[in-house]
Amino acid sequence: MNKFVIPLAIFVALLAFLFVGLGLNPREVPSPFIGKPAPGFELALLHAPDKRFARRDMDGKVWLLNVWASWCVACREEHPVLVELAKQKTIPVVGLNYKDKPEDATAWLKRFGDPYTLSVTDQDGRVGIDYGVYGVPETFLIDRQGVIRYKQIGPVTPEALEKKILPLARELEKP
Amino acid sequence: MKILLAAVFALLPLASIANEATPTDLDPVAQKRLIDLASELRCLVCQNQTIADSNAELAVDLRREIRAQIKAGKTDAEIRNFMTTRYGDFVLYRPPLKATTVLLWFGPALLLVAGIVVLVRVMRARRRAADAAETPLTDEERSRAAALLAGVAGDERR
Repeated sequence: MNKFVIPLAIFVALLAFLFVGLGLNPREVPSPFIGKPAPGFELALLHAPDKRFARRDMDGKVWLLNVWASWCVACREEHPVLVELAKQKTIPVVGLNYKDKPEDATAWLKRFGDPYTLSVTDQDGRVGIDYGVYGVPETFLIDRQGVIRYKQIGPVTPEALEKKILPLARELEKP
Repeated sequence: MKILLAAVFALLPLASIANEATPTDLDPVAQKRLIDLASELRCLVCQNQTIADSNAELAVDLRREIRAQIKAGKTDAEIRNFMTTRYGDFVLYRPPLKATTVLLWFGPALLLVAGIVVLVRVMRARRRAADAAETPLTDEERSRAAALLAGVAGDERR
């Protein structure tokens, strides 16, 4: 009897580990950025290429930096969520248009709606590398001191927004 | 012979295609450093490939970044650090030894030791069981055995 109990227990434990592993998303790599200052950048605006926007322009505000591109399929999935969020006017959303053609990007925004407070263009992806971007879309929640507090890898879902991002943003808004 | 030559000439262009992917302005030492570094870093877009192997856009950008940093005179450690501050320890195919990676490093050795312990215990238990099953011969059996052995020996002499 005892002979079978131990192997069976090991087997069940192994099954449990494998089952949990099955549910994990291998793309969600823990970000080394949480609690670190958001890297500085200064980029041209998408809609007004002669004007520039710098990360420090948002100092003193709690805001979202959303990395997106017109070639990114998952961005299309996430877009209605952002449009809905923009209607509520609860938090400014800056769009970082990543490795995209400005004309494609503006056409995309015209077609699907523009939820962004403003958009900047990162055509060669240098700022993307500084932010450790590897799977567009990605969204960073940045606090008043310019520290990254949360990173969403992949599309922002209504659940992620309601359960994680907005409660945390409200917490950070408190003086 | 003619056919052979034709085949050789037909295949010649392939050699040029094979070399096309490495346009390089680095000296051979720096080029080797680039390849060594890139083949130790994971491409996060296609997670089971290195930056050296992958043709994902991010891998191409990161190779360009490493190239630029080598040219700027950065050390290998500085370049690796540049990568881990952005993408975490996960980009390193040889992760550093930390509290969180102890199981990763020593897990296989631990399993091996556990396996050996189990094996030794099972073998000892079996030997003990075999010893217990072996009952000593009775006097009668002993004399029969001696007689048989003597008989065999007698047969051989004949």
